[in-house]
Amino acid sequence: MKQLLNTLFVTTQGAYLAKNGDTVEILHEQQTKLRVPIHTLGSIVCFGNVACSPFLMGLCAEHNVPLSFLTENGYFLARVHGPVSGNVLLRKEQYRRSDDLKASSEIARSVVSAKIANSRIVLLRALRDRPQTEGREKIQNALEEMGQNLEDLKRSSDLEEIRGLEGMAANTYFGCFDCLITANKNAFFFSQRSRRPPLDPVNALLSFLYTLLVHDIRSALEGVGLDPAVGFLHRDRPGRPGLALDMMEELRAYLADRLTLSLINRQQVSPEGFQKTESGAVVMDEQTRKTVLVAWQKRKQEEITHPFLQEKIQIGLLPYVQALLMARFLRGDLDGYPPFLWR
Amino acid sequence: MYAEADYLPLSALQHWVFCPRQCGLIHLEQVWDENRLTAEGRILHQRVHEMSDEHRSDISIVRGLRIYSRRLGLIGQADVVEFHRTQAGISLPDAEGLWQPYPVEYKRGSPKMDACDEVQLCAQAICLEEMLGIAVLRGAFFYGRPRRRKEVVLTDELRRKTEESAHQLHEMFRRGRTPGASYEKKCRACSLYNQCLPKTTGGKKNIEHYLQMAYELPREEMIP
Repeated sequence: MKQLLNTLFVTTQGAYLAKNGDTVEILHEQQTKLRVPIHTLGSIVCFGNVACSPFLMGLCAEHNVPLSFLTENGYFLARVHGPVSGNVLLRKEQYRRSDDLKASSEIARSVVSAKIANSRIVLLRALRDRPQTEGREKIQNALEEMGQNLEDLKRSSDLEEIRGLEGMAANTYFGCFDCLITANKNAFFFSQRSRRPPLDPVNALLSFLYTLLVHDIRSALEGVGLDPAVGFLHRDRPGRPGLALDMMEELRAYLADRLTLSLINRQQVSPEGFQKTESGAVVMDEQTRKTVLVAWQKRKQEEITHPFLQEKIQIGLLPYVQALLMARFLRGDLDGYPPFLWR
Repeated sequence: MYAEADYLPLSALQHWVFCPRQCGLIHLEQVWDENRLTAEGRILHQRVHEMSDEHRSDISIVRGLRIYSRRLGLIGQADVVEFHRTQAGISLPDAEGLWQPYPVEYKRGSPKMDACDEVQLCAQAICLEEMLGIAVLRGAFFYGRPRRRKEVVLTDELRRKTEESAHQLHEMFRRGRTPGASYEKKCRACSLYNQCLPKTTGGKKNIEHYLQMAYELPREEMIP
């Protein structure tokens, strides 16, 4: 499989990125801090007040290295890319299928099945790792309910119904998410998902990781020539990366939820790393953000056997592989879209 | 006869003969993955095209010549076209006498003489014939390793194959469908292996069967 290239995260405030030959040069207070050859990079993500020269932007575009700007807290601001490229036939097929509710519901059913299946494994693992956990019964009930949702999903071809089942399963899943947190319970607790803004440390972690994940998926989709904005489960809404969000469903639990839990349970993040702002929104301090980024990068290096390809790949390539499979499916090489199923 | 707007790159013809799916991936799907072999080939051709032309008393060497054929609907560049001084040829600007064109295609590797290479050379010759109004019956390959030249006679059979391939290539573009994959030994050396997924897309895998896995919980000992 393709090689997993590094993502360069620039978190130093006031840093300046410039092109120097075929390398990215990172300057801070007029001193060169780092030089990285462009061909070793998979993408560049800038957090907060980080500036780039137009020539560096051109270099990134030329080498298909996505360059994104996020706020310090990881909210997406902007992205730089070169001329629109890729396959117009593929994109038009994507639009046609997206307009076709029956075809859309087939893809939606695939990704929602994978989402529920993978979420169930998060729960199942908790039971395996801590057989004596207090929430045992609650988790077991959730597993059963979500199993029923899956059974119903099998027979469903209506997009609204599929979305309803997804919602039910997500409620059940997050309903026992608090049982999965075992360390620093007084600071890290979970009552419900809050995204805009996250109102507690667990939600802050989840939101930050989801942002990183959606960034990777968007880049992967663009890399294979798909339009990240046009989804099947997520219907068109200006400004929303519908297809990226569709594809996120199958990877959320496996990549982001699990990492959130292990960062908390292994006490790699501590309650002091989170601050509540006046508005009630919870933000992470810089050290915590770095810890999360390092853990994320490390996780991406791990190898797994892809359940459909039956080929060894690094976890960080999952967005790329799924985007590729989506493209191949849309172009008629596969008889359905195979989502990532955690096994 | 093809309209100018429908001209296709000469390189696509070579890809088509090597593997129709590879051709579809590159030219329809716009997929390109450079590996060492493709990078070396690209640099070799760049270098050949950048070298200056040479004019001697009985041979004139022109590099990076832009060529096309209405009949095949192809456009491209010839690495090198040699013009040999003859008794019955064409006249050239800035040179006295009569000349016979002789295409030479550069290859980075060792002589293997694929059908796709021969078709490419033949297509170049057909372009030259059409543009210059003279028969081109021979051409040559120049191989990098070892540095050696090999002449090719452009037979009727090769010409038929070239025409037929050009026609099929246009047909693929018209339909806009990338041909399906079938795994072969040569796949492993293809720079597009990862995008093609020949073992996965070859029509053997069934998605409904795969999706069944979602509905079953793994046994506890199987949980990753």
